[in-house]
Amino acid sequence: MTLSNDGSEKIPFWRDDRYVRIAVQAIVVLILMAIFSFFSGNMFRNLEQQGRQFNFSFLQQGAGFNIGETVIPYETNSPYYWAFVVSLVNTLRLILVGFIATTIIGVVAGIASFSDNWLLRKLNLAYVEIVRNTPLLLQLYVWYFAVFFGFSDKGTVAELPGSILVSKKGIVIPWSNGSPIAWISAAALLIGAIAAFFIWRRRIKIMEEQGASGQREFVALLSLGIVGLLLFLFGLGWQFPRIAASGNVEGGLRMSLEYGSMLAGLAFYTGAFIAEIVRAGIQSVSKGQWEAAKALGLQPASSMRLVVFPQAMRVIIPSLSSQYMNLAKNSSLALAIGYPDIFATSQTSLNQTGRAVEVILLIMAIYLTISLIISVIMNLLNKTVQFTER
Amino acid sequence: MTTAPPSLSSTRPPAAQVGAIAWLRKNLFSNWFSALLTVVLGLLLVRTSLGFLTWATTTAQWAVIPANLPLFFVGRYPVAQYWRIWAIVGILATLSGLSWGILSRNLAKLFDRNILIGFGVAAAIAVLIPAPIPYRILLLALLGLVLASAWIGRLVGQRMPQLGQWLSLGWGLSLLVVWWLIAGGIGLPGVRTNDWGGLMLTMFMSVTSILLCFPLGILLALGRQSKLPVLRWIAIAFIEVIRGVPLITLLFVGAYMVPLFLPGGIRLNQLLLAIISLTLFSAAYLAENVRGGLQSVPRGQAEAANALGLNSVLATILIVLPQALKVSIPTIVGQFISLVQDTTLVGLLGAFEMLGISRSILANPSFIGRYAEVYLFIGAIYWVLCYAMSLGSRRLEKQLNTTH
Repeated sequence: MTLSNDGSEKIPFWRDDRYVRIAVQAIVVLILMAIFSFFSGNMFRNLEQQGRQFNFSFLQQGAGFNIGETVIPYETNSPYYWAFVVSLVNTLRLILVGFIATTIIGVVAGIASFSDNWLLRKLNLAYVEIVRNTPLLLQLYVWYFAVFFGFSDKGTVAELPGSILVSKKGIVIPWSNGSPIAWISAAALLIGAIAAFFIWRRRIKIMEEQGASGQREFVALLSLGIVGLLLFLFGLGWQFPRIAASGNVEGGLRMSLEYGSMLAGLAFYTGAFIAEIVRAGIQSVSKGQWEAAKALGLQPASSMRLVVFPQAMRVIIPSLSSQYMNLAKNSSLALAIGYPDIFATSQTSLNQTGRAVEVILLIMAIYLTISLIISVIMNLLNKTVQFTER
Repeated sequence: MTTAPPSLSSTRPPAAQVGAIAWLRKNLFSNWFSALLTVVLGLLLVRTSLGFLTWATTTAQWAVIPANLPLFFVGRYPVAQYWRIWAIVGILATLSGLSWGILSRNLAKLFDRNILIGFGVAAAIAVLIPAPIPYRILLLALLGLVLASAWIGRLVGQRMPQLGQWLSLGWGLSLLVVWWLIAGGIGLPGVRTNDWGGLMLTMFMSVTSILLCFPLGILLALGRQSKLPVLRWIAIAFIEVIRGVPLITLLFVGAYMVPLFLPGGIRLNQLLLAIISLTLFSAAYLAENVRGGLQSVPRGQAEAANALGLNSVLATILIVLPQALKVSIPTIVGQFISLVQDTTLVGLLGAFEMLGISRSILANPSFIGRYAEVYLFIGAIYWVLCYAMSLGSRRLEKQLNTTH
């Protein structure tokens, strides 16, 4: 290599990477600022022309509309901010129950695709393919108009398996009667479950480390299970809905048709996607793990539960988080079938007050917060799953 | 298990390995749990199918479908202009046949069994649908057109393999023609966007927004990967905000906020506003899909390009992006499928796409309460459309792989 002391020919500044990088960023920022100020300038000018302002003071005014179903007290002339809170609770009520339901459906369907039963596999495939290839909004309409309204046609009360009653006034499922004894039993069940978990952990530990038979713990677990079953069956004070002489439905827990359709639609829709994630996760576990588990003498069900599924969790959890976010976001479709969620309320407020910008910013902030919370919680969960790896 | 002496088991005649009984035993009754499942599921299946069949043949009133067939497909598009829609379908059928033929020129057999079955089913549907006879003949002719152009495309493709590069140009040109045919202008009578509807509007919105979102989506993906912090933050902020809120809020942004952002006096078409929202929405998702593709391109590719003297912009455009896009094709098709389904939300803002027009049909007093029939019908259309696209994307993925 020949060295030349005057070889450091000066690079023109437009080819010098240092300048170019700063210049590109500055130009992008300038362009964005120009666009932003153009838009916001137009917005303020337009609002001024229409005699409107940009502020959130309307939240203190009386809302003046009704909310179909509420969990916390709400009156027609409560302020707007309270209407938002009440309907946010409705949204949370929907998505939290939805998370549980969709996880159960998705995991069951995902595992079912590995069943050795041909009929189960095909039915499962049909479920996943039908749900994934039709729009969610259409499915919600089907649940609401065709299924639940279809059952409650002509003002009669329809009985479904599991003593679920469907009528125009809602879906009624068996539920606890909420007496003090029922609450005590529920608390006892919870404590029993925690105790059982620790006994189970201890049993595995002493079986592994001391080679003990674990028989004593097994008996303890068995008796806990029997007590739990008895408490569950008789302590909770189950109330089965029944049709009273007046033709109304008495007892049980009542859900509105809107809530029921939203829940069913969201849970089955997201469940199909979760099923695919679970399937991919289980497939990602190498075949050798199955074979090793078999060689150790584990039954297929036990190998799935003890060996394969815990490893599949590492693949499943990260993708699960985006499905939960999708469920939360899709709950905004409640607008279409009239369940009073946060989005429906904000649309009503928007139409009544004309405060389009404020209401839309507010609703975007709310959904972003929900998405953020889900992602933080799922990241924490992901960490614990990854940690148990070694 | 191991107590039986091996000699005993080896002298036993082998159990039936083939035949219906063996299949049943293996797949439906392998153990008591599986047998129980089979019985319960089988009973459920038989009961629901019987219930559905009785409903479909007695209670259901299918008259709502044939009476509104044009509405489902083209909305309130003027009857005198239907030929334009047929022309569009014809162009698309020819082009897809040609592309299919040219892309699979190296395959031993163009029409394998599954494809022939698929075409048979499609032909049966075309003959059986309750449309006027000329339309059924037209549909059959379209199917024939696809098959014929696929065959021609294969023949020509084998002679001139370089023809494949002209396909994308053909698609691009046809797109302009399709837009012209739908909207009118330049020699054709114009059709107001309020009269567009049905499946045509669904496809129009999804195709237009997925195409429009490409430039922005790719820029966002590159921005997110960029070493320049300002660009990266802007890209991340945009992508995460759009992905963190429901599509319906973005549609509301389009419908209520965008008009405020524009200088006074400018009023945009509602359909255009919806397409702007759909485009921004799909750009954020496309950016994430392309980012996946970008991450799969080895660093060595960009470094090799730099070593050859390409600057980073050229290296990205010429070397990295083509590879990244090719890897992302399946996910982009998946995104398109969900976009087709997401366009139903535009119906909530008053557009007459397929679900929106069904709502207005169901609001018609003579068809009130015919929910199940209408939803089954459009559900079947959505299903066939989306399922065919995902099948097609799987085949395309395979064929793109074999060319290497």
